[in-house]
Order: sequence, then C-alpha cells, then structure tokens
Amino acid sequence: MDFFQSMDWMQLIRCFIVGGIICIIGQILIDKTKLTPARILVIFVTTGAILGGLGLYQHLVDFAGCGATVPLTGFGNLLAKGAIEEVKTSGLLGAFIGGTKAAAGGIAAAIFFGYIASLIAKPKMKKQ
Amino acid sequence: MQKIGKQTVKFDAPPTILQTASIVGPKEADGPLAKFFDQCLEDEFWGENSWEKAESKIIKETVNTVISKSGLSSADIDYCFAGDLLNQCISSSFGLRELNIPFIGIFGACSTFVEGLCLASVFIESGAGNNALCAASSHFCSAEKQFRFPLELGNQRPQSSQWTVTGSGAAIVSKSGNGPYITNITIGKIVDKGIKDANNMGAAMAPACLDTLLTHFSDTGRSPSYYDAIISGDLGHVGKEILTELAATKGYNIKSNYNDCGVLIFDKEKQDTHSGGSGCACCGTVFSGYLFKMLQEKKYKKILLIATGALTNSTTSQQGESIPGIAHAVSIEL
Amino acid sequence: MNPIETNKTYQEYVDKKSPNSPIVKNCFNAFLIGGLICSIGQVIFNYCKYRGMDIQMSNTIVSIILIGLSAFLTGLNLFNRIGKFAGAGSLVPITGFANSIVSPAMEYKSEGYVMGVGGKMFTVAGPVLVFGISASILIGIIFLIFNTQAITFV
Repeated sequence: MDFFQSMDWMQLIRCFIVGGIICIIGQILIDKTKLTPARILVIFVTTGAILGGLGLYQHLVDFAGCGATVPLTGFGNLLAKGAIEEVKTSGLLGAFIGGTKAAAGGIAAAIFFGYIASLIAKPKMKKQ
Repeated sequence: MQKIGKQTVKFDAPPTILQTASIVGPKEADGPLAKFFDQCLEDEFWGENSWEKAESKIIKETVNTVISKSGLSSADIDYCFAGDLLNQCISSSFGLRELNIPFIGIFGACSTFVEGLCLASVFIESGAGNNALCAASSHFCSAEKQFRFPLELGNQRPQSSQWTVTGSGAAIVSKSGNGPYITNITIGKIVDKGIKDANNMGAAMAPACLDTLLTHFSDTGRSPSYYDAIISGDLGHVGKEILTELAATKGYNIKSNYNDCGVLIFDKEKQDTHSGGSGCACCGTVFSGYLFKMLQEKKYKKILLIATGALTNSTTSQQGESIPGIAHAVSIEL
Repeated sequence: MNPIETNKTYQEYVDKKSPNSPIVKNCFNAFLIGGLICSIGQVIFNYCKYRGMDIQMSNTIVSIILIGLSAFLTGLNLFNRIGKFAGAGSLVPITGFANSIVSPAMEYKSEGYVMGVGGKMFTVAGPVLVFGISASILIGIIFLIFNTQAITFV
C-alpha cells in the first residue's frame, strides 16, 4: 500500500490532461488534413526533436511527466536530448551515437515484439 | 452489330446472359442483399493461408458454380474474360489456371465486370463463339494490403472512404437463349477531373460515370425514364449524390430510378462502411446476385448497368497524381 | 453553375459534398484514450521510481511495457478496434509506433520471415526512425557547433 500512498495524484491528472491534449492535436491533423498515419507520426517525432533540441520540451516533461514522454513528441525529445548529452562527453561521435542510444530500448522492443507477434498471430478481418 | 453515335454498339441479334453466380464474404453476408448470393463465406481466408489465395479460390469457385448452374460443360465455353484488382490480375489468372478455357485477362479496375460483359457480347455477336464467361473478383483484405495499410493498423477510415467488397461475380453470355439480353453497350472514355484523394473514389469516378451516362443517352436517343433502373458500379453514397446532382445540371433527372451497387450491398448505418462498397466484386456480385434475379423475376425489365473504375495504384497516389476514372455501360433488357 | 466545368470548381464542389469526420467526438475519444495511455505510463513510471530506479531507466521501462502491451493487443487483433475508436489517442502515444511496426510484420508473414516480416516491418514506422534519428544527429551537430559551455535557449 506504500506505493499508492506515495502516488502524486495531481501529477497523474496533469499527465492525463497534457497527454490527452497532445493526442487532440494529432486528431485535428487527422480530421482536418489528409495526412496519413505515417506522416502524422513523423510530424510528431520531428517536432519533439526540435523542441527537445531547443530545451523547451523538458519544461513540459517536468510539468506532465509521462503525459509528455509517452506521446511520440517525447520520443523525438528523447532522441534529441540523447544526442546533446552524448556530444557533451564524446564530441561529434556523440551526435551519431546519442540519439539512438537513448531510444534503443524502445526501438529494440518494438522490433522484437513485432517479430514475436508475427510468429504467433495472424491478421484478421476488421469487423468494421 | 453496329456502332451508333459516338461510343455505343447496338446488337442486332442481342446475346443472352444465360446464367450468373456470386460468392461473397461474411460482411456482405450480413448486408441487405445476403439472400441473393449463391454462397456466403464464414471467414475471409476460406481455409487458405493468404488473402491472395483466398481471393483466387473465391473466383475459381464462382466460375465453377456458374458453369454448373448453366448446364453447360466447360468445353462449351469458348472464352473467359476475367480480372481483379491485384497486381497483374493474379487472382483471376491463378484462380482460373486449371479451368482449361481460352482466357483473356482484363483490367478496368472496379469496372472490370462490365468491361468483360461488353467484350464478351461483342465476341459472341460477331460469331467468334457461342458462349463466353465473364468474371471479376475483389477481396477486402488483399486490397487493403496492396493499396492501403496492414489490417491490424489502428487507423480511422475517413467518412468518404469505401469498403472493398469481398467476393466474386460471374456470368455466361450466350448466342442463344431467352434473355435477359444485352442490347447496347457504351464504352467509356478515361475522365480525370483532378481528384487526388484516394479515400474519395466515388468523387473521382463520378465524372467518368456522368460522361458515359450522357453519351449513352445521346447515342441511343433514350432518356432516363426508358430504364426501370439505372445502376452504377461503386460510386458509393458520396459518388451517388454527386452523380445525381451532376446529371440534373445537364438536364437529366435520374433521381427516381438510379441507385448504386456500393450503396445497395451494405447497410450504411449498421455496418459502418462509410461511403459504401467498392471493388470489382461490388458490381459483380450485386449484378450476378441481386439484379439478375430481379430480371429473371421480371421485376425489372430494362436496366442500365454502369460499372465505374478508378485507374490508379498506390505508387501514383504517393506521387501525387490525380485519379483517372472510367465507366462502361451495358443495357440489359428482357 | 456547372461544377465539372474545371478541375478547380469540381474539387471545391467535392469538398462541399464529402462528409466531414465527427471531429468533436473524435477529439473527445482521442483525449480520453490518449490521456489514459499516458496515465498508465505514469503509474508504471512512479512504480519504477518507487523501486529506486533512476528517471532514464524508468522511462525506458515505461516505453518497453507500453510497446509490449500494444504488440500484445495487435497480436490479439484488438488494437485496430481501439484505434478506430481512439484515432490519434492510440496513434500518437508510443503504442501507435509499436502498432505500426507489429501490424505490417503480421500482415506480410505470408511473404516469408526474411523478405516479408523482416523486409516489410518498417513500411509504416520506418519514416519515424529516419526523420527522428536524422533530426537527433543534426541537433547534436548544431549543438556541437554552438557549444560554448552549457547552452540553454531559455
């Protein structure tokens, strides 16, 4: 029960609202433009990387926690921040290593789980 | 046989549509026309391990069904005209490779079924043979895979998008028989009005359909009221409304007797198919199942079937090209 | 007025005729599911912190668990239904990235494991990595050029 007592509920509400609002922006892009899902994901990841590079996105992360890190903008931020941190320690080489290193867990997990799913599961007709 | 007007062929000894057959997938089987189809499948794989094989099996079984229903043997059939939506029309060529009937593969996108009827009737009336078979197929899953996204992708389909019909329709066109007869065919021109949205095929194809419709009326001297029903292939709800309005601006009122196969095959509200059905099988199954029975039961005596096609692929739409449309018409009368 | 006189007038006419998406309902659903997914992440994050992990590790674990969950739901043929309901709500969080990798992997299984699953896995999500990683390298290089001690723009 200690864990639940340690939960910051206000933080959770901020996370919900900010995460939800970022998704609303995505939904408006889907409905108001003719962008494909791939393009929308690219827009989000690039925007996140730029905001992260400018140091702006960190403020949102401090405010909303996973509400800012779980959307793909957070993935972009992670890549940019990783590159910058690595540049500080290993110079130019760091620009090439840092981003992918920071995001390695997520990318590797997606590839691995994708492969496992293709072994076990079969696509099925959409019901609607 | 003679050419009348600009694009229409009138038959002096009109060929008969001897028999038709249709097989559809489970979603179509939940739709309002379910009872008219020869066979409704319970799943889209039909025991095969890929969508492409399933579609080949559907067209193969549909063709077998129409041959056995007609009472002919396959040796009596002189030509087979067939096509589908998959690259190089593999569903029909793979599905029909054991058929042993001279085969002419055709592509007219979703207009393929009527394109086949047009070619078959010209072949038969010219004396090139006695019986010709026409078939077309499409499959929701193989079409999504080729043209859009993987099935398991969690995307939302736009309101103007259409649902590819899973199934196949087949018909046998014969020199002798008691009707219904193919009396006129109007071969359409490619019409491109610059629509680029691959999720709004109805709007992209409507101008081609209008062009063929107006040409048919002026070539034959007929008016919309000549027909009991004017049925377009797969304009869907969006395209149907556009065609009705465009025809009205040209002075033709088709409101009362016009409908669309894509509108007929699904229940828009219950089945959530947005703008309605599409695909080669849309016109193919609705004609072979529903319309042919209406003609046999003499509920319709004269119909004009205009199948529409969007002549595009996924490469051209990624390159930002617009979507050229086509429409072919056949008048079928008792 | 005849709407098919020119391509431009026809396009305008079609835009008027085409039904709009129910954007208010879609945005509400996206907000709800998007917020929920982020909150699940937050609870996992808090638990990792509670168990004494650092921020970076906790974030990585959140990503991996959400990606795993998304892959699991995709494999059960459920994610596309969630996606249809939630739209951007399930697309924009990391779950959408995972779904866009897992769904082609499943779809192209019939073309074999090497060229099908392996080759087509990134047909939808590949651009995300191309643009995301390229942007991070550019940002690293720009940072290096302008690096006079610890730069902050704010």
